[in-house]
Amino acid sequence: MNSKLLKYTKQGIYCPQADIYIDPWGNVDKAVITHGHSDHARRGAKKYLTHRITVPIIKHRLGSDINTKPVEYGEVISVNGVRISLVPAGHIPGSAQVRLEHKGEVAVVSGDYKIEDDGFSAAFEPVKCNTFVTESTFGLPIYKWKPQKEIAADINSWWKANKKKGFASVLCGYSLGKAQRIIKMLDTRIGSIYTHGAVHSVNELLVKEGMILPETRLVTKEIAKSDFVGAMIIAPPSAMGSTWLNKFEPYSLGYASGWMNVRGARRWQAIDIGFALSDHADWPGLNDAIKNTGAESVYVTHGFTSVFVRWLKEQGIDAHELHTQFKGEQVGTDDGEAGN
Amino acid sequence: MRKFAELFTRLDQTNRTTEKTSIISEYFASADENDKLRVLYLFSGRKLKKYFNTTQLWNWTVEYSGLPAWLADESYHSVGDMAETISLILPAAAKKSNRTLTYWINYLESLKDLSEEEKKKKLIGALKQLTTEERFVFFKLITGGFRIGVSQKIVINALSSLTSIEPNIIAHRLMGNWSPENIDYQKLIYGDDSYEDISRPYPFFLAYPVEGEPSGLGTPAEWQAEWKWDGIRGQVIKRKGELFVWSRGEELVTDKFPEFAELTEILPEGTVLDGEIICFTEGKPLPFNVLQTRIGRKNLTPKILNEAPVSFIVYDIMEFEGQDIRDLSLTERRKKLDKLLVDSSVSNILVPSPVIEYNSWDALKKIREGSRENVSEGIMLKRKDSPYGVGRKKGDWWKWKIDPFTVDAVMIYAQKGHGRRADLFTDYTFALWDGDKLVTFAKAYSGLTNEEIKEVDAFVKSHTLEKFGPVRTVKPELVFEIAFEGISESKRHKSGVAVRFPRIARWRKDKKPAEADTLENIKKLLNENKA
Repeated sequence: MNSKLLKYTKQGIYCPQADIYIDPWGNVDKAVITHGHSDHARRGAKKYLTHRITVPIIKHRLGSDINTKPVEYGEVISVNGVRISLVPAGHIPGSAQVRLEHKGEVAVVSGDYKIEDDGFSAAFEPVKCNTFVTESTFGLPIYKWKPQKEIAADINSWWKANKKKGFASVLCGYSLGKAQRIIKMLDTRIGSIYTHGAVHSVNELLVKEGMILPETRLVTKEIAKSDFVGAMIIAPPSAMGSTWLNKFEPYSLGYASGWMNVRGARRWQAIDIGFALSDHADWPGLNDAIKNTGAESVYVTHGFTSVFVRWLKEQGIDAHELHTQFKGEQVGTDDGEAGN
Repeated sequence: MRKFAELFTRLDQTNRTTEKTSIISEYFASADENDKLRVLYLFSGRKLKKYFNTTQLWNWTVEYSGLPAWLADESYHSVGDMAETISLILPAAAKKSNRTLTYWINYLESLKDLSEEEKKKKLIGALKQLTTEERFVFFKLITGGFRIGVSQKIVINALSSLTSIEPNIIAHRLMGNWSPENIDYQKLIYGDDSYEDISRPYPFFLAYPVEGEPSGLGTPAEWQAEWKWDGIRGQVIKRKGELFVWSRGEELVTDKFPEFAELTEILPEGTVLDGEIICFTEGKPLPFNVLQTRIGRKNLTPKILNEAPVSFIVYDIMEFEGQDIRDLSLTERRKKLDKLLVDSSVSNILVPSPVIEYNSWDALKKIREGSRENVSEGIMLKRKDSPYGVGRKKGDWWKWKIDPFTVDAVMIYAQKGHGRRADLFTDYTFALWDGDKLVTFAKAYSGLTNEEIKEVDAFVKSHTLEKFGPVRTVKPELVFEIAFEGISESKRHKSGVAVRFPRIARWRKDKKPAEADTLENIKKLLNENKA
């Protein structure tokens, strides 16, 4: 990396002046974590600095023994002259862009982000900077999201239609972020909402942090099969194709992921319906976000990296590829498994 | 168009037959009359004209998208489908239109004689009024590659439940040479005396494989036995002085078999015969691969006609002296057929399928062992007092094939070979139908000739839907007969069965993917094998 503030090392993106890594892999002293998904939050750091809401999430996932320091959005931490702060990334609750400032130079590592306000995670805020590190999970012009309101209507009418047929609706999505976003989008007048254990435990963590979610019930063996008729069941993608689904028969299986924007990806999964609902920026979103930073240099991490860099260069932006171990949204696995 | 796009999207979202049926019923209950006819036309596997050349279409739309060509190409590689790529990369529609499917097909039709520049302008003009979903089906219409994954049976059942007309009657009405230009929906479905399609075939009656031994069927005296011929099932029609030859795939193939032309003189008026198109010389059938050398050829050279001459082995008659006689018993139909064959000065083009004489099932089993010498796949058993049915219906017609086990499966994945064949796709994964879903059941490497491998390789390269490392998902279009030695239950396999030594017996170019076998068929084989 050719940046005054950031270097790229074996352990990931590093700020030498503050001696701090952002979303590193391997053993390091200090890490700033953008959000709780497992390809960004890994074991191995002696100290984790992250948003307050992310703290219980990574403790839950990485172990309660880790050393954490919670911060709020906008709160400034000074380390050896570097002013470090977190700015909402709009990706999932607690997700943040890491802003680093030193001697008038500003660098932003955005982690994963989406532009549309989901009414749940703190909404994305553009930050002016000299160096911007961006993802490109959906960095192709074939990815353009419908407004959340329209997708919510699609999901609810699918649910309603299933209920009318006497079917349960099983909708899969990442258990951290996507699942709760879906739950907030549901029209609770249609029926009851059940959750898979992986989703349930994240819900509990977020509710403790003061987030408001509609009432859901954990799926347990004791619940009668007849209770699932017409109900909505929210599960992680790893539930697709598993025998866990048998108890909901007859059911219709849905999958909420940005990849579902393409028919081939929908058909590849043995699902009945795909909803192109993503917590990542779409093509116009990525382009707008980058433009709004006014950055002189842009580093593109995971996704359609080489394609997106070439595109940015053609737009007159000084863009580079960064081969990180971030993965973005994966197909068919849960966010907890993605980083393994 | 919105309704049609919605129909497509909804059908695409479900794998359940009952649901597909009710979606189609709902569509036909409320759609525009003309649109219904267009949809029936498309759903019965008939194709629209190709209105644009694909490259031209791609270049124009990419230009309109404003994206650099390389980025559009990258997008295409990721999506794997041109129509879908275009529908996704174009800017959102400026205004929504309420035009019908028929309107847009006529719109395309009206471009025929325009200059390239005007065509382009009109095309972009259309795109500006269509949503992403509508564009996708619109492009599928334009490029003529419309596959909807709905079987004829589903469409027939949907129409039947809507109109309360018997499925058999609808099946028959949907057959033949009609087009939206020469009939309307009401007349097609409800029947109309003023409309006459002299080429209209009858739905074929299809056999089920014998489960276990045929002794379970009853006494031999009730059953007529014939050889199961290894050719292409066909229907020969002579009406109003014209001859029509239909293949089982419901394709009019009269021109492909010029040998049959002489039947126009030989056959009496109002005759419809059911039989097998098969290469035949010196009183003996030739193996299927001889026939294969001429299928699909545009030019039938004298050399080909000489090396692979065809005959029609006839085993049934559905129309006699202009009367539909499908309700007569097999014995009575056979009498009429024999009489017809005696009365007509039949050449070696028309060969009656001999009835095999046998006294007991054991005797027939012995005879069956000689199937190979007769260039046949085994024995057909037909109930003597049965009428000629519609479609695949269990009970009256059985096929008792010889070993090995074979099934017709659809290729869905391909992988490159090793060593010499490292640059060719030689390893294939095959799938069977489970309802409307294709489930993988076997991998096979060998069994094709080098020429065929090259042909399949070219198909894979041009029909890749997705790439996963070295594996490609291909358009489920090619059907192969897979032979295997043994079958057992398996938890590891998605299909629930494992087969021993699977290999490609042959490429069934004459079969459509919908005609491939079902998982249920193979599970039956499994159960038989256990017993």
